[in-house]
Amino acid sequence: MSAALLLLTDGRFPAGGHAHSGGAEAAVAEGRITGAATLAEFCRGRLHTTGLVAAALAAAAAAGADLLALDDAADARTPSPALRTVSRRLGRQLLRAARAAWPAAVLDQLAADRPRGAHQPVVLGATARAAGLTPLDAARAAAYESAGSPATATVRLLGLDPFQAAAVLARLAPEVDAVADAATAAAHRARTEGTGALPAASAPLLDVSAERHAAWPTRLFTS
Amino acid sequence: MTTTGVASCPRTAGRVTGGVRVAAVADGRGGTALPLLAGEGALAVRRTGTRAWTQQSPRPKGAAVTLVGAMSAPLGGDRMRVEIAVGADARLTVRSAAATVALPGRGGESAWYDVLLTVAGGAELLWLPEPLIAAAGSDLRMTTRVDLVRGARLVLREEAVLGRYGESPGRLASRLTVTVDGRPLLDQDFRVGPGSAPGWDGPAGLAGHRAFGQLLVAGSGTATLGPQLLTRASDVVQAVATPLAGGAATLVTALAPDARHLRPLLARTLEELLDGSATDIRPVPAAGPP
Repeated sequence: MSAALLLLTDGRFPAGGHAHSGGAEAAVAEGRITGAATLAEFCRGRLHTTGLVAAALAAAAAAGADLLALDDAADARTPSPALRTVSRRLGRQLLRAARAAWPAAVLDQLAADRPRGAHQPVVLGATARAAGLTPLDAARAAAYESAGSPATATVRLLGLDPFQAAAVLARLAPEVDAVADAATAAAHRARTEGTGALPAASAPLLDVSAERHAAWPTRLFTS
Repeated sequence: MTTTGVASCPRTAGRVTGGVRVAAVADGRGGTALPLLAGEGALAVRRTGTRAWTQQSPRPKGAAVTLVGAMSAPLGGDRMRVEIAVGADARLTVRSAAATVALPGRGGESAWYDVLLTVAGGAELLWLPEPLIAAAGSDLRMTTRVDLVRGARLVLREEAVLGRYGESPGRLASRLTVTVDGRPLLDQDFRVGPGSAPGWDGPAGLAGHRAFGQLLVAGSGTATLGPQLLTRASDVVQAVATPLAGGAATLVTALAPDARHLRPLLARTLEELLDGSATDIRPVPAAGPP
């Protein structure tokens, strides 16, 4: 475990993730998250869909795959424009922090190629590579984040006991590791087979509720 | 059961128990001819007339075919394949005679169903099969690959229902990949049912919904407009229409408690798309040839 990975996944790293609930705010409003048990199932479902896709994109970027091809692959796997906007905004914020922390020509080039932001998992993977981390590190960071942001947000949304939220994530840790392993294996296949070999697990209810959430006049979280 | 004459997909190489191949080409007189119309084993295909893109369309009518299941399939262990190629300026509508019911095989093996659709420039394909029903105990791996050339037009409807009426869900993995000139437009892998990804029926998964549908309108002359919620949060059907990132394309995503609730929404949206009567979502008239 590298300290660079700790920094990259630290909530204090200025990447802007704290403003996002990973769909939890909409799920709470629609009565699908009501406490620790339903939060755990929400995080599990998100981890194995959105999280798997993000982890594979991140691992492929960290392995040195073509970043713009991965960015296109992320677009094709994100039918919700609200979620595409969020992903690119988070990507832009992360890239700004990454270029300060781990300056690298590939990060400068990505910023030039995608001035409105590349998809966050692609930036995460490229950042991991610039920081000397492995594809598996990048996959773990992305997979963990997919479960971590709804858990953290639910503490604020429901007044959930933070100890319970931490316990939810601790119990999910083996599944986070398994998803990261699967994502890394897919990223290695993609080196010869192209981005079509990356997982494309869909979460249609998250897509619908993300669009609904984006239309709310006031909300606590951006997504 | 014959297996000859049907190319097997590299990804699912093995025994092919049903296959259909159709090639549609412009006949040079403003219509569409079908030089290849072949069914094997558990699948057959019939020419079922013509259908215009719209009732008022001045454009020539295209051909229409119907897929017919010649026997109960796909069963576990079956490998089915449909290949449809629509050549430049041809127009084809594909329907199916009945829902496809995936049933468990004797040994509990998976069944495979691969659909490969290619649409050339100036061509149009309406892929409108009846729903796929994953019966209890079944395990179907479906892939739908659509390769469009810029200037092609596609209307695609997919419906999946978990379990027959009152029955527990089967297992389904259905991946839909659409490319335009080789670039990915849409890639969605829907994995649900017992034994699939953990959380598949939870609050980030189906949350109790048992029917899932997608309607994709893509390509030349297709309007891309802002996202539009088609139902309210309190409705039993959850549906949204969204523009895709990779070009002129709109995707309708819908979840419903059952097939009975899903079809009316998709049918209504499809009619609006085909008739051009919707105010928000409609195909705009395609530009004519120069």
